[in-house]
Amino acid sequence: MFKRLRHKNYPDFWKKYLDHFKNKKECDLNSTRFVIFDTETTGLQHNKDRILSIGAISIVGNVIDVADTFELYLKQEKFDANTVEIHGILKEGKILKLEEEKSIVLFLDYIKSDILVAHHVAFDVAMINESLKRLGLPRLKNKVLDTGILFKNTKLCPSKDTLYSLDALCTIFNIKKQDRHTASGDAYLTGIIFLKIISQLSNSRQITLKHLFRNPHRRGLL
Amino acid sequence: MINLIQKHSLFGYIQIMKNTIAERVFDFLKDFPPFDVLPKEELYTISRNVKIMYFQKDSYVFKNTEDIHDHFYVVKDGAVDIFREQDTTLIDQCDEGDIFGLRALIRKGTYIVSAKAIEETILYTVSSEMFEKIIQTNVEANKFLLASFATSTRNPYSNKNKSSLYAQLQSLQKSESSYTEVQSAQFSKNPVTCSPETSIQQAAQIMSTKQVGSILITKQEKPLGIITDKDLRNKIATGQFSIKDKAQDIMSSPVITYHKSITIAEAQIAMLQHKISHLCITKDGTPNSKLVGILSDHDIIVIHGNNPAVLIKEVKRAKTALALQYIRNKAQQLLEGYLEQNIPVFFISKIMSAITTAITQKAIMLSVDEMSAPPPTTFAWIALGSQGRKEQLLRTDQDNALVFENIPSIDHHKTKAYFLTLSKKITLKLNIIGYEFCPAKMMASNPKWCLSMDEWKQQFNNWITKPSADKIMLCTIFFDYDLVYGNQKLIDEISESIFKSIKSYEIFLNFLGLNALKNPPPLSFFRQFLVENSGEHKDHFDIKARAMMPLVDAARLIILSYTIKNHNNTILRFKKLAQIEPQNQELYHACSNAFKILLQFRTQHGLRHNSSGRFIDLKSLSKGDRLKLKSCFKPIKDIQELIRIRFNLSQIL
Repeated sequence: MFKRLRHKNYPDFWKKYLDHFKNKKECDLNSTRFVIFDTETTGLQHNKDRILSIGAISIVGNVIDVADTFELYLKQEKFDANTVEIHGILKEGKILKLEEEKSIVLFLDYIKSDILVAHHVAFDVAMINESLKRLGLPRLKNKVLDTGILFKNTKLCPSKDTLYSLDALCTIFNIKKQDRHTASGDAYLTGIIFLKIISQLSNSRQITLKHLFRNPHRRGLL
Repeated sequence: MINLIQKHSLFGYIQIMKNTIAERVFDFLKDFPPFDVLPKEELYTISRNVKIMYFQKDSYVFKNTEDIHDHFYVVKDGAVDIFREQDTTLIDQCDEGDIFGLRALIRKGTYIVSAKAIEETILYTVSSEMFEKIIQTNVEANKFLLASFATSTRNPYSNKNKSSLYAQLQSLQKSESSYTEVQSAQFSKNPVTCSPETSIQQAAQIMSTKQVGSILITKQEKPLGIITDKDLRNKIATGQFSIKDKAQDIMSSPVITYHKSITIAEAQIAMLQHKISHLCITKDGTPNSKLVGILSDHDIIVIHGNNPAVLIKEVKRAKTALALQYIRNKAQQLLEGYLEQNIPVFFISKIMSAITTAITQKAIMLSVDEMSAPPPTTFAWIALGSQGRKEQLLRTDQDNALVFENIPSIDHHKTKAYFLTLSKKITLKLNIIGYEFCPAKMMASNPKWCLSMDEWKQQFNNWITKPSADKIMLCTIFFDYDLVYGNQKLIDEISESIFKSIKSYEIFLNFLGLNALKNPPPLSFFRQFLVENSGEHKDHFDIKARAMMPLVDAARLIILSYTIKNHNNTILRFKKLAQIEPQNQELYHACSNAFKILLQFRTQHGLRHNSSGRFIDLKSLSKGDRLKLKSCFKPIKDIQELIRIRFNLSQIL
């Protein structure tokens, strides 16, 4: 249905996004920028459902900079009345909403070539990739980390075979849940979980970026 | 969702992106000082620029000697210990909502303490640069931060540590005091006068044409005396003097003079002390300079609405203990009003003590009248403890004693019986008025505390030369005595005798010193707990035993060591000590200030809970209150250290 654009016809924002990867330097754990993000969607089928909002925070060296956070809401053609109860975003709500393309432009500008982190990241990345596909663009090129999987490397994980929800991790890590089921709220909670996981992992030994990407376990959702 | 949008538009920001995280930061900060006093727009700007940091248990936020960061910290979750690295002395524990690392506001130098997370901790950091702009314009926030800064600084009253921040603190305190203490009284500028040779008839005519109740007698514009309506009634209408006599024959003289800068509180106290209703205002404040005005108690009523002088007058008119009780209740209302108006607690305590003294005097007079015979010899009624120190604001127990003149031993039994009966009447009246009986029976109605002068001298000599824990405790109460009624000479002679005994037995002061160190102040507050130096936790804070008595004991001890008489009030004692020892001036001032804060705090707490205010539920304390109390602990600690060294107590301990 959608044809990917040819390489030379990519819009400027995509070229700019690619440039970040060209100039990318290897960083250590403390100077790497992690983008922790979450998408609220109309449903759980990545090929049918749409993104309602994206929330993201950045972490550099254990610090979340509130000034460097990302939050936006998308205009909808497709609308599923059944999920409104969960995320609370009405189709014609009063909040300022952006077109899909404008949203992607802003999102790519925010994430640059940095490492993406999400809880059950595959789903969120798939949702973004579907958006890109509709715009005739290739998939995201960023490295990704999944807090659901990283958690299994910690000593706090009760069973390696279970999938842990964000709520479950909040309970395990003793985090007060606020703004659950808003993209920004979930991104923030995921960020705190990420910080706690890193600290758990570095308790037992000196860890580097490489350790985070070494994954002895199966992938999460999808 | 709609709610959030409204909230957002409230800040008036035109921005595409809503910032849920900044809103959460805002929601958290708004409940804690100093952020609670900031306007919403300012706080939102701060919230949008906060950095959120995560610290593992036992990791350092900053270390001693490290260059200061460009931000200070607010604890979001978890807890942080602030301690001195050199000897690991814990200085403070911070939990949710506490701020620390304020040294960053100085913007240069290094940290002098270390901060370590004692559990998993999330901190908000606020940029100093941004915050500085805000505190420059927000006095409340500024005050709070400076107070916090002062309490977490190693030596808040050392001159060396004074930075520009301190200069600001002082200017703040100054402006604060100008609001209350230096509120000058409005006096009448063109007083009605006549010469000493004027006839009484003429003087009365002047008064009636000018419609005034008093006339000042002047010579070369200097005030000599005063004639009031009362004089005309008592001295002329009774036929004692003729209206042809001269004004100087019936005038009250000399007059009490003050400089025009006299404050309302000072004027009230002066009128109470001299039992007069008019003060003369002269150019330089002495009777030897030009008269510029007159200040009457009526002027003060006009200013104040409610007035202690009126209460004192009512005391004089009272005929029963019940009437006195009614007046005492009115005084209580006056006290609440004063506290609300933020009148300095030192003045409040003076006024309240004057009322208590007047009431007690009246109770004594009423009781003497009830006796079948006049007293067989002169006596003195003395107030002890907090009333003796004039620090009693709330109605607490009565502590008093009686001393009577030495009489031949043959009459001793009879005389003592008379004074015991009198004392029983007095203490019973005081009880009706609202001063509870002392549970330890430290009252003149107890045969042990109703003694002749020689017996008292012996008693004190015995306490001083053969000290034991019990006797030292009695000393701490009986050494703060104040004459309420009767023969001043008896008291003076006892004082002489006490100082003589102390001189001949100086080790007594060391015992008194040990007693003064009995209660070290706590370090800080942490959640529902007091952080004790010893690590003991309680959820109630005994403000009297843990904060006020250490200061009272310290002041008494050092004043006694200088054999200074007639300084029974803790604040006055510290003031005197600051004069005697300029090198420790700052410490004594800090102690005096701490005592004022504690006294005010206890009184307010007592009024609010209708109690003695002694035990404070830590859960009821606001962040600001905790900080206020905490600022008092440091001088207590330091004065105890001074005592330990000066009286060589480390060896005895």
